[in-house]
Amino acid sequence: MAELFVYGIVLGSIIALGAIGLTLVYGILRFANFAHGDLMTAGAYIALFLVTGLFPWLGIPDTTFGPLSFGWRMALAFPIAMVGMAMVSILFDRIIYRRLRLKRSGSVMLAMSALGASFIIRMIVLILWGGDYHFYRPGILRPAILLPLEIKIRPDQILILLTVFFLVVLLYLFLQRTKMGKAMRATSDNMELARVSGIDTERVIIWTWGIGGALAAAGGILYAIDVQLHPGMGWHFLLPLFAATILGGIGNMYGALIGALVMGVAQQVSTAYLLPTYKPAVAFIVMILILLVRPQGIFGGKRT
Amino acid sequence: MEISGIIAYLVSLAIMAGIFAVFALGLNIQWGYTGLFNIGIAGFFCIGAYTSAMITTPMPTGLYAQYVHQIFGLNLPFILGILGAALVCGFIAYLIGYPTLRLREDYLAIATIGIAETFRLIFNNEHWLANGPRGLMGLPQPLYWLVDQGWVDPRYYNFIYLPIVLAIMVVIYLSIERVIRSPWGRVLRAIREDEIASAMSGKDIFRFKMQSFIFGSMIMGVGGALYAHYTKAISPDVFTPLYGTFIIWVMLMAGGSGNNKGAILGAFVVWGIWIGTKFLTDFLPYTLKARAPYIRFLIIGILLEIILIYRPQGLMGEEKRISKMID
Repeated sequence: MAELFVYGIVLGSIIALGAIGLTLVYGILRFANFAHGDLMTAGAYIALFLVTGLFPWLGIPDTTFGPLSFGWRMALAFPIAMVGMAMVSILFDRIIYRRLRLKRSGSVMLAMSALGASFIIRMIVLILWGGDYHFYRPGILRPAILLPLEIKIRPDQILILLTVFFLVVLLYLFLQRTKMGKAMRATSDNMELARVSGIDTERVIIWTWGIGGALAAAGGILYAIDVQLHPGMGWHFLLPLFAATILGGIGNMYGALIGALVMGVAQQVSTAYLLPTYKPAVAFIVMILILLVRPQGIFGGKRT
Repeated sequence: MEISGIIAYLVSLAIMAGIFAVFALGLNIQWGYTGLFNIGIAGFFCIGAYTSAMITTPMPTGLYAQYVHQIFGLNLPFILGILGAALVCGFIAYLIGYPTLRLREDYLAIATIGIAETFRLIFNNEHWLANGPRGLMGLPQPLYWLVDQGWVDPRYYNFIYLPIVLAIMVVIYLSIERVIRSPWGRVLRAIREDEIASAMSGKDIFRFKMQSFIFGSMIMGVGGALYAHYTKAISPDVFTPLYGTFIIWVMLMAGGSGNNKGAILGAFVVWGIWIGTKFLTDFLPYTLKARAPYIRFLIIGILLEIILIYRPQGLMGEEKRISKMID
C-alpha cells in the first residue's frame, strides 16, 4: 500500500503538469480545453521523433546517465519538445480559438472546437506513428531502489518527481515575480479589468497557451518515460486532469497541484482493489463526488 | 457493380444515416433547444445497444453458455427492446444529470465524457455482464420471420429494416416538433437563451433541464437499440468517443442545431461525406492504407472546425418557431 501511495505521488505529479496548464487556460480563456490531454500525447511523440529519429541521425550518443534509463538524447529532447508544444498550442489558438473569440462565440463553442482539436491532434499522431505502443528506449527496466516500508522505486521515478518540482517552482517564480506573470494573474481574476488597466490580454493569452502547451509536453514525456507512449494516453488523462482542476478550484494553480496529487494517489491505490484499466473511471467517480459535495473545489475557484 | 448492388448499398447507407439521425435528433433536444452540452453520446449509445440486445436475446444455454456470459436474456420482442433501451438511458441520464445540471454547462460535458468512458470500461472488463470485449452476437431482427418463412431473400432484409428505421425516425421527429412548439418547448429555449431571466419568470430551471436531458438521452437509447439490431453484433469497441459521440456532434452542427430537419439533413450529409472519404482513401498508396481510418476522422475533425468558424448556424440554421396558437 505504501508503494502504491508513492507511485500515486509520481502519477499525480505527472497529472499536475497537465492540470496546472489546464487550470491556467480555463481561468484565463474561460473554456474547458478538451484538447489538453492530447497536447500531452503530442509532446511525448515529438520527443519520440527526436530521441529515436533525429538525434541518432545527428549522431548524438545513446549512452545513459548512470542508473537512469535515458541520456543526452532525452535531456535535449525534453526542452525542445516543450518549446515545440508551446508553439503548437499557440498555433492552434491563432488558427481556431482566436477566430472564435473574435466572433464572440460562447464558451461551449470554444470547448466544442477544443474537442475537435483533440481529435485532430490524435489523428495526426495516429497517421504519423500508428496505434501501437512505443518506448523511448527498448530494453529491460532498470533495477529499482529499495526504500524503507518495502517501497521499490526506480531512479527514473525519482527524477520525474524532481523535474516536476523544478518546473512548478519555476512557474511559481514566473507568476509571482515577473511582469507577465502578474499580468496573467490579473487577467485570470478579471479580464475586463485587466484590459482597461492597460494589459495586453492577447499577449497574456499567447503566454498562457505557451506555458500550458510546454507543461503538457513535459507531463506527456515524463509519463512516457515512466510507462510508455500510446496515442490514447492523453484521452485517458483527460478525466484525471479535469477532476484535479475541479477539485482544486478552476483557475487555482496550487489547487490543481494538490488535486492532481489526490487523483494520482486515488488512481494508483484503487488498483489494489480494481483492474488497472478502471483508473479513468476512478478519477470520474471521485470527480462526481466532489461535484456533489463541493462543486467550487476544495480551495474555491472562479464562479463564472 | 450491378444496379441492384448499388441500390442495396444505398439502402445500407440510408439505414446507418437514419440511425445517426435519431441520435442527432436526441442531441438536438439537449443542445439545440436547451443548450445542454452532452459529449458522452457514446455512453447512451452503448447502454441503449446493450440493453436492447439483452432484452431481445435468450439466455445462452448448453455449450453456448460456456462461451457467452450475459447478466440477463429475456427473449422479448424488438419493440420491448427499444422501449427498455429508452427507459434505462433515461434513468442513467437522471443519475448523471442530478449532480451536474445545477452547475456550469461544461461540468455536464465532463461528466458525460466520464460516464461514456466508464460504461465502455465496464462492458469491456466485466465478462459476466455482457461477455466482455467479445460482445454479444446474433441479435434478433424485427420481422425476420418473413425471411424464415422464405418470403424474403436474406440479402434483401435491409429493405425491411430501412422502413422500420425511417418510421421510428419520423415518429421521433414529429413528437419533438410537437413538444418544442408547446409551452414546455418554449421554456427550454428560454433557458438556453437566458437562464437567469427564465428563473426570474418562475421556471424551475433544474427540472426543465433534467426533463430535456432525460428525453434526449432516451432517444439516444432508441438509436443505440436500432444500431444493435441492424449490425446484429455489438462489442464495447464500437462505442468510442470518435464514432459514438464526435461524428454525431458534427452532424448536428453541420445541419443546424435547433432545427430538427437540419439534424436529419446533417446526419445524411455527414454520413455521406464519411462514406465518401472511404472511397477517397482507396486511392492512397498501399503503405498508408492501414491508416486510412485516421485520415478519414482527421477530415471530419477539420470539417467541424470549419463549420464552427465559418458557419456556426449550420446548413439550415435555427428555424423560427412560434406558438401554434398564433399562426
